[in-house]
Amino acid sequence: MNMPTDQAALDALIRQRLDEILPQKLEELKAAKTPSMTIIATKGTLDWAYPPFILASTAAALGWNVSIFFTFYGLNLLKKDISDLKVSPLGNPGMPMKMPFGPGWFKSIDWNKFLMPNLIQSNLPGFESVATMLMKQTIKNNGVADIPELRSLSIEAGVNMIGCQMTVDLFGFTRDDFIPEVKEYCGAATFLPMAQQADVSLYM
Amino acid sequence: MNFDKELDAKGLNCPLPILRAKKALAEMTSGQVLRIMATDPGSVKDFAAFAKQTGNELLSTAEKGKEYEFFIKRK
Repeated sequence: MNMPTDQAALDALIRQRLDEILPQKLEELKAAKTPSMTIIATKGTLDWAYPPFILASTAAALGWNVSIFFTFYGLNLLKKDISDLKVSPLGNPGMPMKMPFGPGWFKSIDWNKFLMPNLIQSNLPGFESVATMLMKQTIKNNGVADIPELRSLSIEAGVNMIGCQMTVDLFGFTRDDFIPEVKEYCGAATFLPMAQQADVSLYM
Repeated sequence: MNFDKELDAKGLNCPLPILRAKKALAEMTSGQVLRIMATDPGSVKDFAAFAKQTGNELLSTAEKGKEYEFFIKRK
């Protein structure tokens, strides 16, 4: 007959104790867990090579577990030689095109505003190469790491590089085209459970 | 302040100062102090966050003209 009362009292006690203990316990669990991040890298141009490698190398430096899944044009970033990545101002009106040399007033001109990207640039042979050269110089002038360096720093820090098997086949690549540090080639079904467990998951 | 190792990160931009610091700290022993010189204004917040995340103690941050000086104690 006392059962319901005892049960209620016990429940109340448990609730009260949980309120007291749980917040600290959760904090402890959170602090003990190694943060993790998964990134999907889908682009293969010089400018878009930066976000995945900057975030991956920095997260690894912070002690996080990091995996990058390279798919579609992102596979370009896993090639043995990535010194020839290019950037294109074509169809990219958000990209400032400034000269990395000359006096201040000259350097501050944004040529992408004057050159009418889609009309003129597409008819100018070598425009992409010039834009790429200018960007590489700007990167150098600003003490920003180049992509091969950022990639090797990421690998050195233990970032897990994963290739998308479907796009390797689709674009006619072989595993020989890529750096040997790519330990895993897999598909969406392998990547998704990894992303599910990760604290941070980004698409680039 | 006394320090055991020095890292010149002047002229380097995000995230290189952090990556180089991480590397330098890995080669040190617990309790040793690393002095870092940097010019990237973003490094002030970045080193504070780095210290908090990794448990290495940021002993001090100082601004000297256009340069920043950090002392980090390895955990």
